[in-house]
Amino acid sequence: MASKDFGSKRLVVGAHYGIFDWIAQRVTAIIMAVYTLILLVGALLMPAFTYPNWVRLFNFTVLSFPLGQMLAFLTFLSLAYHAWVGMRDIWMDYVRHTGLRILLQVLTIIWLMASVIYAAQILWSI
Amino acid sequence: MRMPKAPGVSSSALCLSIPPAAGTKLVTFSEVVMSDSAAKPRPQFRNLTLSQLASYRLPLAGKLSILHRISGLGLFLALPIILLPMFGKSVLSEASFGQFREMVSNPLVKIVLLCLIWAYLHHFCAGVRYLLLDVHVGVEKYAAQKSAASVFVVSLALTLVFGLKLFGVF
Repeated sequence: MASKDFGSKRLVVGAHYGIFDWIAQRVTAIIMAVYTLILLVGALLMPAFTYPNWVRLFNFTVLSFPLGQMLAFLTFLSLAYHAWVGMRDIWMDYVRHTGLRILLQVLTIIWLMASVIYAAQILWSI
Repeated sequence: MRMPKAPGVSSSALCLSIPPAAGTKLVTFSEVVMSDSAAKPRPQFRNLTLSQLASYRLPLAGKLSILHRISGLGLFLALPIILLPMFGKSVLSEASFGQFREMVSNPLVKIVLLCLIWAYLHHFCAGVRYLLLDVHVGVEKYAAQKSAASVFVVSLALTLVFGLKLFGVF
Protein backbone atom coordinates (compact mmCIF):
# COMPACT_ATOMS: atom_id res chain seq x y z
CA MET A 1 0.00 0.00 0.00
CA ALA A 2 2.87 2.33 0.84
CA SER A 3 4.08 2.31 -2.77
CA LYS A 4 0.72 3.78 -3.81
CA ASP A 5 1.08 6.80 -1.51
CA PHE A 6 3.42 8.79 -3.75
CA GLY A 7 5.08 8.82 -7.17
CA SER A 8 3.65 8.54 -10.65
CA LYS A 9 1.79 5.30 -9.80
CA ARG A 10 0.18 6.71 -6.65
CA LEU A 11 -3.47 6.06 -5.97
CA VAL A 12 -5.36 9.20 -7.05
CA VAL A 13 -8.78 9.75 -5.55
CA GLY A 14 -11.32 12.58 -5.51
CA ALA A 15 -13.59 14.29 -7.99
CA HIS A 16 -10.73 16.12 -9.80
CA TYR A 17 -12.66 19.39 -9.75
CA GLY A 18 -9.50 21.07 -8.42
CA ILE A 19 -7.50 20.55 -11.60
CA PHE A 20 -10.59 21.18 -13.75
CA ASP A 21 -11.15 24.59 -12.12
CA TRP A 22 -7.42 25.38 -12.28
CA ILE A 23 -7.45 24.80 -16.06
CA ALA A 24 -10.82 26.53 -16.49
CA GLN A 25 -9.53 29.65 -14.71
CA ARG A 26 -6.64 29.87 -17.17
CA VAL A 27 -8.69 29.11 -20.30
CA THR A 28 -11.30 31.73 -19.33
CA ALA A 29 -8.47 34.20 -18.63
CA ILE A 30 -7.12 33.73 -22.15
CA ILE A 31 -10.61 34.17 -23.66
CA MET A 32 -11.08 37.44 -21.74
CA ALA A 33 -7.60 38.68 -22.63
CA VAL A 34 -8.21 38.05 -26.36
CA TYR A 35 -11.62 39.77 -26.22
CA THR A 36 -10.06 42.71 -24.37
CA LEU A 37 -7.54 43.15 -27.19
CA ILE A 38 -10.32 42.86 -29.82
CA LEU A 39 -12.32 45.59 -28.03
CA LEU A 40 -9.22 47.74 -27.61
CA VAL A 41 -8.39 47.57 -31.33
CA GLY A 42 -12.04 48.30 -32.16
CA ALA A 43 -12.08 51.29 -29.83
CA LEU A 44 -8.79 52.65 -31.22
CA LEU A 45 -10.10 52.32 -34.80
CA MET A 46 -13.28 54.22 -33.84
CA PRO A 47 -13.25 57.56 -35.70
CA ALA A 48 -15.18 59.31 -32.90
CA PHE A 49 -16.77 58.33 -29.59
CA THR A 50 -20.40 58.52 -30.72
CA TYR A 51 -23.34 56.24 -29.90
CA PRO A 52 -23.56 54.47 -33.32
CA ASN A 53 -19.80 53.79 -33.34
CA TRP A 54 -19.77 52.59 -29.74
CA VAL A 55 -22.80 50.29 -29.95
CA ARG A 56 -21.52 48.71 -33.17
CA LEU A 57 -18.62 47.21 -31.16
CA PHE A 58 -21.16 45.01 -29.39
CA ASN A 59 -23.95 44.38 -31.91
CA PHE A 60 -22.17 43.97 -35.24
CA THR A 61 -23.31 41.08 -37.39
CA VAL A 62 -21.56 38.84 -39.90
CA LEU A 63 -23.93 37.41 -42.57
CA SER A 64 -26.83 38.35 -40.25
CA PHE A 65 -25.27 36.30 -37.41
CA PRO A 66 -25.08 38.42 -34.20
CA LEU A 67 -21.33 37.92 -33.77
CA GLY A 68 -20.82 41.03 -31.62
CA GLN A 69 -23.38 39.97 -29.03
CA MET A 70 -22.22 36.36 -29.13
CA LEU A 71 -18.54 37.23 -28.52
CA ALA A 72 -19.47 39.63 -25.72
CA PHE A 73 -21.75 37.11 -24.03
CA LEU A 74 -19.36 34.15 -24.33
CA THR A 75 -16.66 36.35 -22.80
CA PHE A 76 -19.05 37.31 -20.02
CA LEU A 77 -19.75 33.64 -19.27
CA SER A 78 -15.97 33.12 -19.09
CA LEU A 79 -15.75 36.06 -16.71
CA ALA A 80 -18.43 34.59 -14.46
CA TYR A 81 -16.69 31.20 -14.21
CA HIS A 82 -13.28 32.85 -13.74
CA ALA A 83 -14.65 35.05 -10.96
CA TRP A 84 -16.31 32.04 -9.30
CA VAL A 85 -13.02 30.13 -9.10
CA GLY A 86 -11.15 33.21 -7.85
CA MET A 87 -13.74 34.15 -5.24
CA ARG A 88 -13.99 30.54 -4.04
CA ASP A 89 -10.20 30.55 -3.60
CA ILE A 90 -10.43 33.73 -1.52
CA TRP A 91 -13.21 32.34 0.72
CA MET A 92 -11.35 29.03 1.14
CA ASP A 93 -8.14 30.82 2.11
CA TYR A 94 -9.46 33.35 4.60
CA VAL A 95 -12.83 32.16 5.98
CA ARG A 96 -12.30 29.25 8.36
CA HIS A 97 -15.87 28.95 9.68
CA THR A 98 -17.51 26.31 7.47
CA GLY A 99 -21.05 27.66 7.69
CA LEU A 100 -19.99 31.24 6.93
CA ARG A 101 -17.81 30.06 4.04
CA ILE A 102 -20.68 28.11 2.46
CA LEU A 103 -22.96 31.13 2.88
CA LEU A 104 -20.39 33.38 1.14
CA GLN A 105 -19.96 30.84 -1.66
CA VAL A 106 -23.73 30.66 -2.19
CA LEU A 107 -23.96 34.47 -2.22
CA THR A 108 -21.07 34.54 -4.76
CA ILE A 109 -22.97 32.18 -7.06
CA ILE A 110 -26.16 34.24 -6.77
CA TRP A 111 -24.18 37.48 -7.39
CA LEU A 112 -22.55 36.04 -10.53
CA MET A 113 -25.69 34.39 -11.92
CA ALA A 114 -27.59 37.65 -11.48
CA SER A 115 -24.74 39.40 -13.34
CA VAL A 116 -24.96 36.90 -16.22
CA ILE A 117 -28.73 37.42 -16.55
CA TYR A 118 -28.22 41.21 -16.36
CA ALA A 119 -25.55 41.10 -19.08
CA ALA A 120 -27.71 38.91 -21.33
CA GLN A 121 -30.63 41.28 -20.88
CA ILE A 122 -28.43 44.28 -21.85
CA LEU A 123 -26.78 42.57 -24.81
CA TRP A 124 -30.05 41.33 -26.34
CA SER A 125 -31.82 44.66 -26.03
CA ILE A 126 -29.36 46.52 -28.27
CA MET B 1 17.46 0.17 25.17
CA ARG B 2 18.50 -0.23 28.80
CA MET B 3 20.86 2.23 30.40
CA PRO B 4 23.92 0.70 32.06
CA LYS B 5 23.71 1.38 35.74
CA ALA B 6 26.80 3.00 37.25
CA PRO B 7 27.68 1.79 40.78
CA GLY B 8 26.63 4.21 43.51
CA VAL B 9 24.33 6.25 41.27
CA SER B 10 20.59 6.04 41.66
CA SER B 11 18.64 5.56 38.45
CA SER B 12 16.40 8.55 39.11
CA ALA B 13 19.29 11.02 39.18
CA LEU B 14 21.66 9.85 36.49
CA CYS B 15 24.83 11.95 36.49
CA LEU B 16 28.52 11.67 35.83
CA SER B 17 30.61 10.13 38.54
CA ILE B 18 33.02 13.08 38.56
CA PRO B 19 31.96 15.80 41.01
CA PRO B 20 30.20 18.71 39.26
CA ALA B 21 31.98 22.07 39.07
CA ALA B 22 30.62 24.94 41.10
CA GLY B 23 27.61 26.56 39.52
CA THR B 24 26.77 23.55 37.37
CA LYS B 25 23.20 22.49 37.65
CA LEU B 26 22.59 18.82 38.14
CA VAL B 27 20.13 17.52 35.61
CA THR B 28 18.05 14.43 36.20
CA PHE B 29 17.41 11.90 33.46
CA SER B 30 13.73 12.80 33.17
CA GLU B 31 14.64 16.49 32.78
CA VAL B 32 17.04 15.65 29.94
CA VAL B 33 14.36 13.66 28.15
CA MET B 34 11.66 16.29 28.60
CA SER B 35 13.75 19.37 27.87
CA ASP B 36 13.21 18.86 24.13
CA SER B 37 9.49 19.47 24.36
CA ALA B 38 9.15 21.54 27.51
CA ALA B 39 12.04 24.01 27.51
CA LYS B 40 12.22 24.57 23.74
CA PRO B 41 8.78 24.25 22.15
CA ARG B 42 8.64 23.56 18.45
CA PRO B 43 8.10 26.75 16.42
CA GLN B 44 4.53 27.22 15.27
CA PHE B 45 3.64 29.07 12.10
CA ARG B 46 0.11 30.30 12.48
CA ASN B 47 -1.84 32.74 10.35
CA LEU B 48 -0.79 36.36 10.65
CA THR B 49 -2.84 38.60 12.90
CA LEU B 50 -4.07 41.95 11.60
CA SER B 51 -1.46 43.88 13.63
CA GLN B 52 1.33 41.70 12.23
CA LEU B 53 -0.05 42.17 8.73
CA ALA B 54 0.64 45.91 8.84
CA SER B 55 4.36 45.45 9.57
CA TYR B 56 4.89 42.38 7.39
CA ARG B 57 7.25 43.17 4.54
CA LEU B 58 6.35 41.32 1.37
CA PRO B 59 8.64 40.98 -1.66
CA LEU B 60 7.46 42.77 -4.81
CA ALA B 61 5.99 39.56 -6.26
CA GLY B 62 4.07 39.12 -3.00
CA LYS B 63 2.64 42.63 -3.24
CA LEU B 64 1.69 41.92 -6.86
CA SER B 65 -0.02 38.71 -5.75
CA ILE B 66 -2.12 40.25 -2.98
CA LEU B 67 -3.06 43.17 -5.25
CA HIS B 68 -4.12 40.60 -7.87
CA ARG B 69 -6.58 39.26 -5.30
CA ILE B 70 -7.75 42.67 -4.12
CA SER B 71 -8.28 43.94 -7.69
CA GLY B 72 -10.17 40.76 -8.60
CA LEU B 73 -12.39 41.11 -5.54
CA GLY B 74 -13.04 44.77 -6.36
CA LEU B 75 -14.01 44.00 -9.96
CA PHE B 76 -16.27 41.17 -8.77
CA LEU B 77 -18.08 43.50 -6.36
CA ALA B 78 -18.34 46.36 -8.88
CA LEU B 79 -19.62 44.12 -11.69
CA PRO B 80 -23.41 44.14 -11.18
CA ILE B 81 -23.65 47.42 -9.25
CA ILE B 82 -21.35 49.77 -11.20
CA LEU B 83 -19.93 48.19 -14.37
CA LEU B 84 -23.04 46.55 -15.87
CA PRO B 85 -25.42 49.47 -15.14
CA MET B 86 -22.95 51.89 -16.75
CA PHE B 87 -22.35 49.59 -19.71
CA GLY B 88 -26.13 49.21 -20.13
CA LYS B 89 -26.58 52.99 -20.14
CA SER B 90 -23.84 53.44 -22.72
CA VAL B 91 -25.25 50.95 -25.26
CA LEU B 92 -29.04 50.95 -24.76
CA SER B 93 -30.04 54.03 -26.78
CA GLU B 94 -28.85 57.39 -28.07
CA ALA B 95 -30.55 59.09 -25.09
CA SER B 96 -29.06 56.76 -22.45
CA PHE B 97 -25.66 57.20 -24.13
CA GLY B 98 -26.02 60.93 -23.48
CA GLN B 99 -26.89 60.23 -19.84
CA PHE B 100 -23.81 57.97 -19.63
CA ARG B 101 -21.54 60.73 -20.95
CA GLU B 102 -23.05 63.20 -18.52
CA MET B 103 -22.55 60.75 -15.65
CA VAL B 104 -18.89 60.19 -16.56
CA SER B 105 -18.28 63.95 -16.62
CA ASN B 106 -18.72 63.93 -12.81
CA PRO B 107 -15.22 63.99 -11.23
CA LEU B 108 -16.32 61.61 -8.44
CA VAL B 109 -17.45 59.06 -11.04
CA LYS B 110 -14.16 59.58 -12.87
CA ILE B 111 -12.19 58.69 -9.72
CA VAL B 112 -14.26 55.53 -9.13
CA LEU B 113 -13.78 54.57 -12.80
CA LEU B 114 -10.03 55.22 -12.57
CA CYS B 115 -9.80 52.84 -9.59
CA LEU B 116 -11.67 50.17 -11.58
CA ILE B 117 -9.45 50.82 -14.63
CA TRP B 118 -6.37 50.31 -12.44
CA ALA B 119 -7.90 47.13 -10.97
CA TYR B 120 -8.57 45.76 -14.46
CA LEU B 121 -5.11 46.66 -15.80
CA HIS B 122 -3.29 45.27 -12.76
CA HIS B 123 -5.35 42.08 -12.82
CA PHE B 124 -4.74 41.76 -16.57
CA CYS B 125 -0.96 42.31 -16.46
CA ALA B 126 -0.40 40.19 -13.34
CA GLY B 127 -2.60 37.50 -14.91
CA VAL B 128 -0.46 37.42 -18.08
CA ARG B 129 2.61 37.00 -15.81
CA TYR B 130 0.92 34.08 -14.03
CA LEU B 131 0.06 32.44 -17.36
CA LEU B 132 3.72 32.69 -18.36
CA LEU B 133 4.83 31.27 -15.00
CA ASP B 134 2.41 28.37 -15.55
CA VAL B 135 4.26 27.44 -18.75
CA HIS B 136 7.58 27.80 -16.87
CA VAL B 137 8.62 31.12 -18.42
CA GLY B 138 10.54 33.27 -15.94
CA VAL B 139 10.30 31.05 -12.88
CA GLU B 140 13.91 31.73 -11.81
CA LYS B 141 14.23 34.08 -8.85
CA TYR B 142 15.78 37.02 -10.68
CA ALA B 143 13.49 36.73 -13.73
CA ALA B 144 10.41 36.49 -11.49
CA GLN B 145 11.43 39.63 -9.57
CA LYS B 146 12.03 41.47 -12.81
CA SER B 147 8.70 40.44 -14.31
CA ALA B 148 6.88 41.49 -11.11
CA ALA B 149 8.47 44.94 -11.42
CA SER B 150 7.53 45.06 -15.12
CA VAL B 151 3.88 44.34 -14.27
CA PHE B 152 3.82 47.33 -11.90
CA VAL B 153 5.48 49.59 -14.45
CA VAL B 154 3.20 48.57 -17.35
CA SER B 155 -0.08 48.53 -15.41
CA LEU B 156 0.58 51.86 -13.69
CA ALA B 157 1.75 53.49 -16.94
CA LEU B 158 -1.38 52.28 -18.75
CA THR B 159 -3.52 53.50 -15.84
CA LEU B 160 -1.89 56.90 -16.24
CA VAL B 161 -2.63 56.92 -19.99
CA PHE B 162 -6.29 55.92 -19.47
CA GLY B 163 -6.54 58.39 -16.58
CA LEU B 164 -5.26 61.28 -18.70
CA LYS B 165 -7.75 60.31 -21.42
CA LEU B 166 -10.55 60.04 -18.85
CA PHE B 167 -9.83 63.50 -17.43
CA GLY B 168 -9.70 64.93 -20.93
CA VAL B 169 -6.02 65.84 -21.12
CA PHE B 170 -5.86 64.49 -24.69
